[in-house]
Amino acid sequence: MLGFRIAKRQEPLQWGSFFIFFAALAFSLGVSCLLLALQGKPFMHALYLLWDGAFAHGYSLEATALKTIPIFLCSLGVAVCFRMQVWNIGAEGQYALGTIGATWAVLTFPDMPAWALLPLMFVCAAFLGALWAAIPAYLRLRFDLNEIISTLMFNYIGILLLEFLVYGVWKDPASFGFPMTVIFPDSAVIGSLFGRIHWGVVVCVVVGMALSVFLKRTRLGFELMAGGENARAARYARMPYNFLVMLVMAMCGALAGWAGLIETSATLNRLQPNVVVGYGYTAIVVAWLARLRITSIALFSILLAGLRVGVENLQLELQVPAAFAGIMQGLLLIAVLAGQFFNWYEVKRIPRIDASGIAADGEGKQV
Amino acid sequence: MRKLLGVLLCTALVALFGFGTAMAENKDLKVGFVYVSPVGDAGYSYAHDLGRQAIAKLPGVTTSFVESVPEGADAERVIRNMATKHYDIIFTTSYGFMDPTLKVAKEFPNVTFMHCSGYKTAPNMSAYFGRIYQARYLAGMVAGKMTKSNILGYVAAFPIPEVIRGIDAFALGARSVNPEAKVHVVWTKTWYNFATEKEAAKSLLDIGADVITQHQDSPGAQEAAQERGVYSIGYNSDMSAAAPKAHLVSAVWNWAPFYTTVVEKVRKGEWKSDHYWWGLPEGIVGLSPYSDLVPQDVRDLVDARKAEIHDGKFKVFTGPIKDQSGKERIAAGDVATDDMLLGMTWFVEGVVGSNE
Repeated sequence: MLGFRIAKRQEPLQWGSFFIFFAALAFSLGVSCLLLALQGKPFMHALYLLWDGAFAHGYSLEATALKTIPIFLCSLGVAVCFRMQVWNIGAEGQYALGTIGATWAVLTFPDMPAWALLPLMFVCAAFLGALWAAIPAYLRLRFDLNEIISTLMFNYIGILLLEFLVYGVWKDPASFGFPMTVIFPDSAVIGSLFGRIHWGVVVCVVVGMALSVFLKRTRLGFELMAGGENARAARYARMPYNFLVMLVMAMCGALAGWAGLIETSATLNRLQPNVVVGYGYTAIVVAWLARLRITSIALFSILLAGLRVGVENLQLELQVPAAFAGIMQGLLLIAVLAGQFFNWYEVKRIPRIDASGIAADGEGKQV
Repeated sequence: MRKLLGVLLCTALVALFGFGTAMAENKDLKVGFVYVSPVGDAGYSYAHDLGRQAIAKLPGVTTSFVESVPEGADAERVIRNMATKHYDIIFTTSYGFMDPTLKVAKEFPNVTFMHCSGYKTAPNMSAYFGRIYQARYLAGMVAGKMTKSNILGYVAAFPIPEVIRGIDAFALGARSVNPEAKVHVVWTKTWYNFATEKEAAKSLLDIGADVITQHQDSPGAQEAAQERGVYSIGYNSDMSAAAPKAHLVSAVWNWAPFYTTVVEKVRKGEWKSDHYWWGLPEGIVGLSPYSDLVPQDVRDLVDARKAEIHDGKFKVFTGPIKDQSGKERIAAGDVATDDMLLGMTWFVEGVVGSNE
């Protein structure tokens, strides 16, 4: 009898996990190619176009980098929440509140110099974003309300609030009725660092490094990492579990709020409803794929941003439907998550047993 | 002096550029389209895509498109990607593409940009649209004649002038033949979301609407009407296939003649930045064929009005027109200016619902 069984590894795979990741990537690309071939598209050329559109030129790299910034910031916060087993689906709404906070600062103090206005925008965006996350956190701790539902609902409320403001009191009188605020004054615009890349990149690097230090070098960071493993054990160890839940939610809200601020200020230079395009949901995918490893979060953010940008190129050159981007993202998510299984488990062949009870291949090794 | 030199230099450059375009008369043209929703098989982007397919048949013209492009930062990237790839003409077909188009237009002065439904232009960027409100008015007449409950349901997209103008024209048309008719409006804040739009239509059916029309690209509202056994009026493209038992007529876009003209003008170097706002006489908007549900007397009535619009004898927004609150907005005998229409944010008398 020939069979397989699944065994837990003593140690999770180290370098082997890279191999598994690339195998999963190759698998998802392979299935995508198959789907393309079924539509009669030249799939090898399609892969080239995907690469070409996302990473091959200065301008495409710029586009991918710009798209990465908000995804990365949202993903950091979501990953921290997920680590604590707090299932915050609400980065999208927190992002929307961040855009509102930043815009409020600009519209209230339009004449402030940049050195005062920009920091104020950061404070307001972080505050409103954190507030939007803290309410569901409180509801969970106080009333045991499932945060998956409440954060999701808060997304809709947050986005409607944004629309209410932009269609109403904040609407630019010179916009012919179109829903948008006035163009921000220069003092409220996050400027360019080089080319079209703006200073938001620096915010990403600083936040990423700060978070890394916080998690690895501080007591609170350690508690946070440990608290997520087991809430009850964390309580026994007298860790401030409730405080930690509030902290990770507020942190996520603040980071998503900053992502919203950066998109509003640096990319659109004004607030309009279509600033909200689903970065908060992409962040959930990234956080699931990367767990709480800052470099992985950065890499997956770049990968998903590049996929999105690259598929547009595919559309343009090969007339592939827009829905294909979603299919590829889904395939990647499933393949990599399934692949992560092998980081912790291995498939062992059960040796063939003959009548005498001795393993036929002589490998009666215990597993 | 320096200013004068600058002006001279600019003139020289423009002249050179003009000469350059004239030289390139027989050049092959690459034409790109940016759509806000999936092309699908009905709706706004589908109507634009029919126009694209028409110009793709012209000799020496290649076309491509990117669909489902979110308005905002993503649009800018898609448009820039096309410009970088040496597309000669880029059509961006949703109002939210206006600022991104303008931004990229400034970076690529040799590319011709055509933005649909906005108001900003640049030396190499035109604004264009069609007077679909003329077709809406005619469709409203059909609805006003066919309704029994005098409640017409309008599933509206976003509270922007383009949509509000359509609702107003529809209401004016309906009330011109049936002063008792009221147009009830719900907003979905979507351009393409089948389920949301169908649900919105159901909410209108629940208050007794017996003719449903919609602004969005999906035929969700049409299906809702058919399921409830009432009438529907389509928009964008002929939606009779979506609800054969409900569909009366559709207000439709026909972009092919306009797009062909633009391509030919660019090819000959005759293209100039402008506000293009064609209407029924030029054939850019119109009505689909009537379904069998529309009786002959209604057809005759609407066709007569259509001929008047065609000949310029009748203008849709001719006073006296009052707004929802009863205040007179357009005095008797006056005709709304294009600027007024482009910035329209108020509902006419007979529309029920909020304009926000």
